Amino acid sequence: MYKRNLLHQFGCSAKALISKKLNLFCFITLLGYVLIAVGTKVGWLGADWNRAVGEAYQPPNGLHYFGTDVLGRSVVAKILHGTEVAISVGFVVALGAVLLGATFGIVAAYFGGIVDTCVVWLYTVVTAIPTIILLMVVALVFGKGMHTICIALVITEWTETCRLIRGEVIRHKSREYIQAASAIGASSARKIFVHLLPNILPLTIYQFSLVFQTAIKHEVVLSYLGIGVQNKPSWGIMINDAKTGLVRGIWWELFFATMAMFLLVFVFNILADTFRDLLDPKLKGR
Amino acid sequence: MISFFVYLLRKLLYALSVIVGVTFLVFVIFNILVEDPTLILLGKYATPKAMAALSHQLGLDRPWYFQYWEVLQSAFTFNFGSSWATKQSILKTFQQGGLVSLTVTLPAFLIGNGLLIYVSLWMTQYKGTIWDRLLVIGCMVMSSISILVYILVGQAFFACKLKIFPIMGYKSGFFSCLPYIILPTIILVLLHFCYNYRFYRTIMLDEVYQDYVRTARAKGLAEEVVLFKHVFKNLMVPILTTLIKDFPSLLFGSVVIENFFSIPGLGNIVIDAVSLCDFPVIKAVTIITAVLSVLCNIVGDVLYTLVDPRIKL
Repeated sequence: MYKRNLLHQFGCSAKALISKKLNLFCFITLLGYVLIAVGTKVGWLGADWNRAVGEAYQPPNGLHYFGTDVLGRSVVAKILHGTEVAISVGFVVALGAVLLGATFGIVAAYFGGIVDTCVVWLYTVVTAIPTIILLMVVALVFGKGMHTICIALVITEWTETCRLIRGEVIRHKSREYIQAASAIGASSARKIFVHLLPNILPLTIYQFSLVFQTAIKHEVVLSYLGIGVQNKPSWGIMINDAKTGLVRGIWWELFFATMAMFLLVFVFNILADTFRDLLDPKLKGR
Repeated sequence: MISFFVYLLRKLLYALSVIVGVTFLVFVIFNILVEDPTLILLGKYATPKAMAALSHQLGLDRPWYFQYWEVLQSAFTFNFGSSWATKQSILKTFQQGGLVSLTVTLPAFLIGNGLLIYVSLWMTQYKGTIWDRLLVIGCMVMSSISILVYILVGQAFFACKLKIFPIMGYKSGFFSCLPYIILPTIILVLLHFCYNYRFYRTIMLDEVYQDYVRTARAKGLAEEVVLFKHVFKNLMVPILTTLIKDFPSLLFGSVVIENFFSIPGLGNIVIDAVSLCDFPVIKAVTIITAVLSVLCNIVGDVLYTLVDPRIKL
């Protein structure tokens, strides 16, 4: 009875999802980014980014496709490493924040009462502190580095997911199918995992793609402020490095770092949009 | 009226519990989780004796509930003591910094939201046309680019090349600060517009297909009256919600903007405090913004009943 493809929850099949050219393009771009990130992590790509490969500030040419930076290092290699940082931060944060938010949201809405009050109170407390302050404070406690960014962003980003999922579960809880499940004696665990979870999965995936791109944007800003990754190129650090050269017309480092980030964030925006339309077809074109 | 006061009291009690939560969080982070502040303050001259003396002077050797009580008290008296780094009264620094931040963020907030409401209401007539689609895609593209890029390109092009604005800096005074805040304001307005246009467009489009709008049009009212009188009034609740959510962060300013343009606002004060491990300042700014956002929520709830008589407290 439950053999349905999960994607049917979206009201369409996987085939329909990629049949639209734009969505297919997004998925392929995303796959490319992930492959680059994995390749860089393993060491196949841009292994020695810290080595000078030519003169300083070479414009893009046949040898150095994206030019070189102030120390003569290849901008391509730096971009590859920035991709790795961005994808890992985005993935870890999105996964952590959505898991945390979804767990809290489901538990709060399903059990209600005092549990609900506590969870709502908890996210009211966290959201009362502005994101950027919370990020800096967490960075202060855990020291600088990539793990700090991930922890800080999970702490700030889970609240929105929790709020949305709580609302959605409250809406579903009073529906007939849950009542029917209760009537035939289904346990709470079964009702949550078998009945509720598939119905809130689309919302979860939507939130995942939103948190992913928010995390990347925040990572760039935090790296600029010096809280982020250390001893490693990230897009934020590259943009910061490009600051001094820009007035002298050295545009390539800024441009390519921006484009790399832009494409990834844009793709996630479009995907989030697609999921939103599938979630609520009424909103299509709005 | 009595029910109103009961409601207000309930809200205030809840706000109190949130403030207790925030102060407890702040207390746990700064008095327990971070490394010994006396070690940071004394640096390499730290001897056990000096550390003990300083910790007594700062009151860190008292039981934890005394220390927490002090943090909780500061949320109501706003008496945060003085900064470790500059030895100045924190409240005074914040008053100056907050005012500077407001000169940048308040104009941007007003212009940005006015523009958003106006454009999104006006564009409901053009739904589905090429202009509508271009605007949506444009906003999506613009909001996918990091804020750092706007600032860098703005500084390099408008300030350095064309020399229209000063590159960075700030002068206090109503007229003398104007040239310094124009470029930051433009960037903030642009970004605010792009981030929020989609949301406003969705709520506006949900509203303009309601029956009362058709009735108003059928009466022969001008399109401006229909949109800016009838539809706008009905949209006050969601609009107020988003405005109030953004309001506390106005005082705090945009950290990145202030850092790039060297505007001596609250955001810059906080960045300095973080890099200097100036805990009292960070504690104070966290508590102030939390109290402000809690108060804003209450004000928002009261405002809802004013703009929409259907909402009962």
